Amino acid sequence: MNSKTSHCRNTSAPQKMAHDKDDKAAPGKSGACCHSVESKEEASIAPQTCHKQAKAQHLTTEEACAVNQPGTKRASSAQSDAGHADTQPTSDHILLVEGASCASCVSKIETALKAVPGVEQAQMNFADRSVQVTGSASADLLIAAVEKAGYQAKTAEDTAAADLLDEKEKADWQYYKTLLRHTTVALGLGIPLMLYGLLGGDMSIHNDSQRFAWLAVGLVTLAVMIISGKHFFIGAWKSLLNHNANMDTLIALGTGTAWLYSMVVVLFPEWLPQLARHVYFEATAMIIGLIDLGLALEIKARGKTSQAIKRLIGLQAKTARLIEGDNERDIPIEQVQKGQILRVRPGEKIPVDGEVLEGHSSIDESMLTGEPMPVVKSAGDAVVAGTLNKSGSLLFKATRVGKDTALAQIIQMVKRAQNAKPPIGRMADAIAAYFVPVVMIIAIVSALVWLNFGPDPSVAYAVIAATTVLIIACPCALGLATPMSVMVGVGKAAEAGVLIRNGEALQLASSIDVMVLDKTGTVTEGKPKVTDIVLINATDEHQVLQQVASLEAGSEHPLALAIVESANDRGIKVSKVQGFNAITGQGVEAELSGQRLSFGNLKLMQEKGVELGNAKEKAQQLAEQAKTPMYFAKDGKLMAIIAVADPIKTDSLSAIKRLQKLGIRLVMLTGDNQATAKAIAAQVGIEEFIAEVLPEDKAAKIASLQQSGAVVGMTGDGINDAPALAKADVGFAIGTGTDVAIESADITLMRGSLHGLADAVAVSKATLSNIKQNLFGAFIYNVAGIPVAAGILYPFFGLLLSPVIAGAAMAFSSLTVVSNANRLRWFNLGQGDRS
Amino acid sequence: MMLINLIGLLLIALIIWWFWLYKGQSQAVGDEPVQVLVKDGSYQPARLTLKAGAAASLVFKREDASPCAEQVVFPGLDLSETLPLDKPVTVQLPPLAPGTYAFHCQMQMYRGELHVTDNGNRN
Repeated sequence: MNSKTSHCRNTSAPQKMAHDKDDKAAPGKSGACCHSVESKEEASIAPQTCHKQAKAQHLTTEEACAVNQPGTKRASSAQSDAGHADTQPTSDHILLVEGASCASCVSKIETALKAVPGVEQAQMNFADRSVQVTGSASADLLIAAVEKAGYQAKTAEDTAAADLLDEKEKADWQYYKTLLRHTTVALGLGIPLMLYGLLGGDMSIHNDSQRFAWLAVGLVTLAVMIISGKHFFIGAWKSLLNHNANMDTLIALGTGTAWLYSMVVVLFPEWLPQLARHVYFEATAMIIGLIDLGLALEIKARGKTSQAIKRLIGLQAKTARLIEGDNERDIPIEQVQKGQILRVRPGEKIPVDGEVLEGHSSIDESMLTGEPMPVVKSAGDAVVAGTLNKSGSLLFKATRVGKDTALAQIIQMVKRAQNAKPPIGRMADAIAAYFVPVVMIIAIVSALVWLNFGPDPSVAYAVIAATTVLIIACPCALGLATPMSVMVGVGKAAEAGVLIRNGEALQLASSIDVMVLDKTGTVTEGKPKVTDIVLINATDEHQVLQQVASLEAGSEHPLALAIVESANDRGIKVSKVQGFNAITGQGVEAELSGQRLSFGNLKLMQEKGVELGNAKEKAQQLAEQAKTPMYFAKDGKLMAIIAVADPIKTDSLSAIKRLQKLGIRLVMLTGDNQATAKAIAAQVGIEEFIAEVLPEDKAAKIASLQQSGAVVGMTGDGINDAPALAKADVGFAIGTGTDVAIESADITLMRGSLHGLADAVAVSKATLSNIKQNLFGAFIYNVAGIPVAAGILYPFFGLLLSPVIAGAAMAFSSLTVVSNANRLRWFNLGQGDRS
Repeated sequence: MMLINLIGLLLIALIIWWFWLYKGQSQAVGDEPVQVLVKDGSYQPARLTLKAGAAASLVFKREDASPCAEQVVFPGLDLSETLPLDKPVTVQLPPLAPGTYAFHCQMQMYRGELHVTDNGNRN
């Protein structure tokens, strides 16, 4: 079962739908869950249509169009981020004010803002130094007004970009350290106490000295509860006030009851039968410590999710060089307007999307396309913000600026896909909402039954039964079942070079039905190489490569680089050529030792009048094998064909077989043409492939595969894969790709081999199975344990479970969970299959 | 003994009512944005009433460092938002049809409800 489905089913449904005819937008229907949420939001950030916006905002098409006219103000950053911008005739701005040190500043700032034309209301929250401003005034005017009043201000939108990420990291790191400190304190007490009990130490009260000793331990435990477990108790209390019962409630109930019972044993032992005078301080401390540890590990795993956005934001240039007549000047990127003429020099990033007017240069687009080969651009070609201009100077016209650039859209897509990604339902949490009240009721019922029908001293029996029910129903095993397996599973995966970002990814990866593989850099090396040298009239392959490499040494064409590199690999030294001439779109020519050399495509040969004969067919055969054939002619005579191709990774075929053995349907995705895609897919044994997919459409392809209900994994290596990686149920970034793509993925394959992918899936399956065993065990334990604790066996066998046994059972259940999780350490990652 | 039994039964009734049957106080959201504090494992307030067909704003402020609190999801409204620590984030709600819409954190430990009624009052 796809967890997303169950997640959506739990959602409260409204009584009546906003737009019944729009099934997907209707809340409460399964289509309104996160699958459709993502796809719709994603659609709205592509070139937007009124219809799409209307769907996303529950408005009519006309309304959406009417409010989306140029000049309409943004509603808020948050709204904009969620794809719901521009619905209000007025705008709300949240300003963050710096320098306001006293409450009297509030009225000064509010007055200054209210004086700005268009401001309807300005309300400052002194506690967080934020001002909510309503009206039609622009953010710039508002900031200027605050600055004039003697303070610094920035919009929440500005801080959201980069600063907030830093702050989030700091906050997470602080919380992580705090939790580890809490863990150390709690386990520092819990472990020695537990060892004492396990090694035969007396944990019962028989005399006054024991009472005093355990009273001291009880007070220390109370201190531990306050220091390390305060957040559980506060959370439980607040949840209680909100009529919720969650994990905090269970932890607080379990640990609190264990402690209270123990304190009653210490302070009033005479209230209880001799057998029941046992303390459970170690359980309290251990549970708090282990849960804190689990939370800390979760923080650690979640920590880097924002790195992708940070990296993407980092790709944006800070300034652009504006051409105004004969003048050139640098302006901040925010000021660039559509239609302006800009210059980009070698080594600079392209500031905004545009169309080249003048110049010729090769552009490294690998950060956006994932394709390693730089692309040659000249007049009429499109350039993309964030890509790197490598060789020449270009003059281009800005066509898309600000939030409209491809880079900004990718940033938004990643943000959105990450935000909209639905959670793996935490079974233990879902159960907790019913489990805790049910356990409380069972405890009360069992106490009443004992009071009414139990033997003397019935009060003592009632207290024991109720307390035992609460202790045995402690969520310790349930709480540990998942994180322990995840911890071990993630560690095991790391050993195999598979970095798993979080537990959710690990769980989802185990249930992948369809795995989408990006071709370039995933199935193939991602680096073009010379694959074939077919001699026609030449006799020496070495000489052919030497001459062609000499010819191409002066070329910037990506394929030329492959040829020169191939020559270098063979230790061939290039010679200097004369009269080098690069013919755009055809090839190159030059003179070497008095001979005229030409190297290029069919068109070049035809123009030069070179007789090709049967060589054309040979070239066609090479093309069908996903290779790019080029002709080499000397003095007008065809000498050889050299084919360049992006070779398939040597272990792709065996890894793909492993994946297929795991029952996963494989789909190859590529921007290449049908013929190349077909050839590559056939060579690696993949039956399904989708060719000619634009980078921005990859996420949409993932979404369409998800619509059938399949759990879809995506493996890619480029930043252009980032939205698709985030959109997929599980995104796998292959380690040979850029860091950006890796950061946006749920799982990173460090080795760059597809075997890492098979390992990731295998270890995920093993881990999920382990989690299920743990949860099943924990459930059975609770289901069997609670009735026994309540005393159901007493009428038949005279057996009443002592809290001693309950405590031991609780400890044993935890031990079982941890031990079972540890079995994962011995899981074989299938090296045997790799041969 | 009768009294103890009665107290026990009342306690059970209280548990059932408190966790399953109780429909609590709901704060009305009008033209002014309402701040929802994310703190101590809960949304405060967790129940909000809105008028049908009118846009409204909620300003979420997260003071809870738990990673669970990091996201607020409105699964019925195509909305989700990341909540940075101690920074107000405005969630703009589109005009809604009458009904009950849930919002929660990613793991559904923090839960809240939007009650959308024709007159903006809790029915």
